[in-house]
Amino acid sequence: MKVGLFIPCYINAIYPEVGVASYKLLKAVGMDVDYPLDQTCCGQPMANAGFEKESYAMAMRMEELFKAYDYVVGPSASCVAFVKEYHPGILKEGNHVCSNAGKIYDICEFLHDVVKPASLSAEFPHKVSIHNSCHGVRELNLSSPSERNIPYYNKLRNLLALVKGIEIFEPKRIDECCGFGGMFSIEEPEVSVCMAQDKVADHISTGAEYITGADSSCLMHMQGVIERENLPIKTIHIVQILATGL
Amino acid sequence: MSTRHSTAAARFLKDREQEKWHDETLWLVRAKRDKMSRSLPEWETLRNLAASIKLYSNSHLADLLEQFEKNAAGNGAIVHWAKDAEEYNRIVYDLLKERNIKRLAKSKSMLAEECGMNSYLMERGIDVVETDLGERILQLMHLKPSHIVLPAIHIKRQQVGEMMEREMGTEKGNFDPTYLTHAARKNLREIFLNSDAAMTGVNFAVASTGEIVVCTNEGNADMGTSFPKLHIAAFGLEKIVPDLEALGVFTRLLARSGTGQPITSYTSHYRSPQNGGEFHIIIVDNGRSEILKNREHIRILNCIRCGECMNTCPVYRRSGGYSYTYFIPGPIGINLSMLKNPKLYSDNLSACSLCLSCSNVCPVKVDLGEQIYRWRQQLDGLGQANPVKKQISMGLKYLMDRPKVFNTALKFAPLANQMPRFVLYNKLNAWGKGRELPHFAKKSFNELWKNNQVK
Repeated sequence: MKVGLFIPCYINAIYPEVGVASYKLLKAVGMDVDYPLDQTCCGQPMANAGFEKESYAMAMRMEELFKAYDYVVGPSASCVAFVKEYHPGILKEGNHVCSNAGKIYDICEFLHDVVKPASLSAEFPHKVSIHNSCHGVRELNLSSPSERNIPYYNKLRNLLALVKGIEIFEPKRIDECCGFGGMFSIEEPEVSVCMAQDKVADHISTGAEYITGADSSCLMHMQGVIERENLPIKTIHIVQILATGL
Repeated sequence: MSTRHSTAAARFLKDREQEKWHDETLWLVRAKRDKMSRSLPEWETLRNLAASIKLYSNSHLADLLEQFEKNAAGNGAIVHWAKDAEEYNRIVYDLLKERNIKRLAKSKSMLAEECGMNSYLMERGIDVVETDLGERILQLMHLKPSHIVLPAIHIKRQQVGEMMEREMGTEKGNFDPTYLTHAARKNLREIFLNSDAAMTGVNFAVASTGEIVVCTNEGNADMGTSFPKLHIAAFGLEKIVPDLEALGVFTRLLARSGTGQPITSYTSHYRSPQNGGEFHIIIVDNGRSEILKNREHIRILNCIRCGECMNTCPVYRRSGGYSYTYFIPGPIGINLSMLKNPKLYSDNLSACSLCLSCSNVCPVKVDLGEQIYRWRQQLDGLGQANPVKKQISMGLKYLMDRPKVFNTALKFAPLANQMPRFVLYNKLNAWGKGRELPHFAKKSFNELWKNNQVK
């Protein structure tokens, strides 16, 4: 199975270690992984701000870059969800049928549903609180949305349960938004900051040392508040935990 | 790059204690709703059913409304049709004027609010008295509702007590809720006994029987309609449901979603006028048939006004109903306002982080969040795009469409990490208001890969 590693722009720029951990992890579970060079952005930031049309070239470029792969896998649920849910509509304008939408996975979803590893060599003797991110939960079904009356499940929790020594928690408001929302964070800064403060406080109240999740964007947002207020918790992308020891 | 919503929200957030209270109180309603919805194993089936029934009704409006009219007339009611707010207001006013009626006891109606009925009638000398307690409090305080189901949720009992000291002569400084409720009840009782006409909203209109259904918790609609000989009820045409079986689906969802109750205390069915009385029903369009044409937004007509999208909305809970520029706030309000007048109300579109909790909580499966996303795509065409957001988007587009430029930018980006604080953190940096900026990596992933450093 040829897997094309999708590294979104901000992970490329700010969190390359998340990309590295993703690569190692996919390798370790036996995937034939490659990174098509010179990736930029999926187009979500402009689209959420109301300029979806401007994402056409980016969506088209991603189609070209990942043409040769069986799967596209990325460590950012929100970006993956955007490709899956919105690229088809954007590309329809140019009469292009989106092929990425059918083969793109968030890395947790991919590991959990496609690779299904029985064990991992990871060890992380720490308390972690899972950040169930909005688009991961409500667009990619990484866990059961709290609004719905369906049996509880959480793919992130299932994966973390394979890690030795870890203690897993979830916040009381299990999947409330952290307030990032792309340009929402700067267009509504007061509300956005308040949401992040509340969310971080909820994570801290679990007693966890780390907030972990499938979206570096939410983690980046909460990290901003943690650093500003010197709060006693750290953020770490889930792949960095799953790839420990690799 | 502020909007009228973000500016008002910032004002609301200055009082963090009040904000926290508002957030937690409404979250509690959401939690009650979760518990209630989980008590029904068939909850998700009910939601699907309700959404399907609404899509059916709204695509068979002509037939169902005429069926309703025929059956209502058979029951002895008189049915009126109003094209818009003006017609609706005039019909109500004429009914009252012709009978020389001076006082109208009114139970809650979002349609009346939408059409500005109260002020229309009051300017013409009719004393309109709100009989829902929350609405009554607001009326006496000269305030507007900040929530469609819990209209006075933003008011503290101290404020209510002080108003009642003035308006009803209650004991000074007695803010005991039970005491105040009793006083309000006594005060309203006089109004019920001395009103010449009653007006109710309509939660559901049943086509097969020609009856209307009103759901309240206070019994004020029932009290109001029990004494006077004239009952006027009005509904927006999407309130129609085909039959009583369909009605059952909605009554099971409405209160569970809206307030976390199994059912409202009163679910009253009105079919015929009382002995020797008159029963008038006004069916109002006021822009709804335009929404029918709008494929992208037609599901808005599914809305049963339970208000749960407000309770779940993390932005609404932290910014309050008054931060929106339309009389209905929250996710449903954002959407309704855009359908009403996109140029006038586009400021509300910023009040959404696209978390999609509203779409998942909605009992009739309105895709509220997705519709907000679609509205944002219209802004530039409407000439309402925020110039700063546009500039950022175009700048990003320039960068992201040019991998070489992007990669070069990433090489130099770490320099920003070293910049003095005053350069990075100032009025122009909205991110920096409560958050530290992220730090650029010394080497991007792309660079690491090129240098064979990803192993």
